[in-house]
Amino acid sequence: MAEPGREIPKPTPETQHFWDGCKQGELLLQTCKSCDHTYFPPRPFCPDCGHREVAVVKATGRARLFSYIINHLPTPGFEVPFAIAVVELDEGPRMMANILECEQTPEALVLDMPLEVTFQPVSDDISLPQFKPASQSTGSGSA
Amino acid sequence: MGQKTVAIVGAAETTELGKIPHMSQIQLHADAALNALADAGLTIKDIDGVATAAHNPVELAHYLGITPTWADGTSVGGCSFMLHVRHAMAAIEAGLCTTVLITHGESGRSWVGRHGPSLFPSELQMQFERPFGVSRPPNMFTIPVLRYMKDHDLSVETLAMVSVIQREWAAKNPRASFKDPITVDDVLNSKMIAYPFRLLMCCLVTDGGGALILTKADRAKDFPTKPVYILGSGESVESPMISQMADFTSSRAFKVSGTKAFETSGISHADVDHLMIYDAFAHLPIYGLEDLGFVKPGEAGDFIAERNTAPGGTLPLNTNGGGLSYMHSGMYGMYALQEGVRQMRGIAPAQVEGAEISVVHGVGGMFSASGTIVLTNSE
Ligand SMILES: [Zn+2]
Repeated sequence: MAEPGREIPKPTPETQHFWDGCKQGELLLQTCKSCDHTYFPPRPFCPDCGHREVAVVKATGRARLFSYIINHLPTPGFEVPFAIAVVELDEGPRMMANILECEQTPEALVLDMPLEVTFQPVSDDISLPQFKPASQSTGSGSA
Repeated sequence: MGQKTVAIVGAAETTELGKIPHMSQIQLHADAALNALADAGLTIKDIDGVATAAHNPVELAHYLGITPTWADGTSVGGCSFMLHVRHAMAAIEAGLCTTVLITHGESGRSWVGRHGPSLFPSELQMQFERPFGVSRPPNMFTIPVLRYMKDHDLSVETLAMVSVIQREWAAKNPRASFKDPITVDDVLNSKMIAYPFRLLMCCLVTDGGGALILTKADRAKDFPTKPVYILGSGESVESPMISQMADFTSSRAFKVSGTKAFETSGISHADVDHLMIYDAFAHLPIYGLEDLGFVKPGEAGDFIAERNTAPGGTLPLNTNGGGLSYMHSGMYGMYALQEGVRQMRGIAPAQVEGAEISVVHGVGGMFSASGTIVLTNSE
């Protein structure tokens, strides 16, 4: 479990399936049945064309480190400094995440390094989709 | 050229700026409003339209004793006042009201009579961003910048130059919070806030306010100050989540708003004598210069470092010292507009000699919204 004080997501009817997926160790996206657009965050219609028929699809969990900051501001539930990143999934959508199992330094956090999803329980009901360096990663060098 | 149907005939900031613990937030609105009315030679009974952000326009109208026929509470962050100017122009043109008061007041530092953040909370941000530790603008607004720095080969030293040059402008302004010169080393040795952002790359946190009074252009010459006409305008919004902005090296809201402002005013970039780009953080003038089309993508850092926007440069930018050195209550857009008006009236502390066209560009939230106003003093 994460440290106390952290903000825990409260699912809404439109996002419940996503958080249920995370609890089961699956990262779920949605794809439009009309235009094939795959998107995040969840909503029961396509944000590209407005079509209401969408399919829930399982992401591969592979991503690249798209951008980040290393936060030094005191933050409840976190030990500073820690990285707040945006990752780009292989399927296209981007999402915010922390980068786990990695030094929180510019030297270790190299833009475009391959990442893979990992799920971090933060309460009995919620596991956060987080990312860590991909197991086959050779990522090193300077930012 | 644009139509110039509406003019700004009153403009003022709060009597004090900085630390104002003896005034509540609504009184900051009122102090600025009364100063703007005095500037225009009007009384409160002359006002029939009100607009404000992050505060209920009902409270504003009631507190000041105004009975409006038009009210606008558009609240999309620090550029809301640019949107109010744009909406007020349309309302005056349509005959919905004749004389509009736009106010800003923010107890950003002292938090006296202030009851929450200046932006509506976003449900999706609460679920999909806040659990990862974002909490305040310094650790949200800065997230796209490493992507920009890699894609456009921008160095942190060049980024720091934005702060250095704005301090040069602030040194000319008696009301600026910070006036002492700084160097790139000073910026890069200041406290780390959110890598790669250091303290001196982040805006101030102060108390203050400002107000504008707009009316039909054909009445503008009846007022005591030099008329400042609205030549063009633009606005747009993108996403309440920084992680979902479409392009991390460019703001869609900036581009849409800026394009509309240039189109409606009929000006070219070479016509612009004075420019304000809302600088909550050091990267914003870089994104702004590129998204407004003054330079090509990736060129703005060097453009600033080569002193084109510095005192004596060809494109004077953020001549009050900006949010980085002048003041920043939280919703800085009003102060950018005030400096644009001062420059067009010819009374700015760092006056650009002979300036006839000023472009004032604002951001709201974390690249969430944008508004752009083109001002002119030319008949
Ligand atoms: Zn679709």
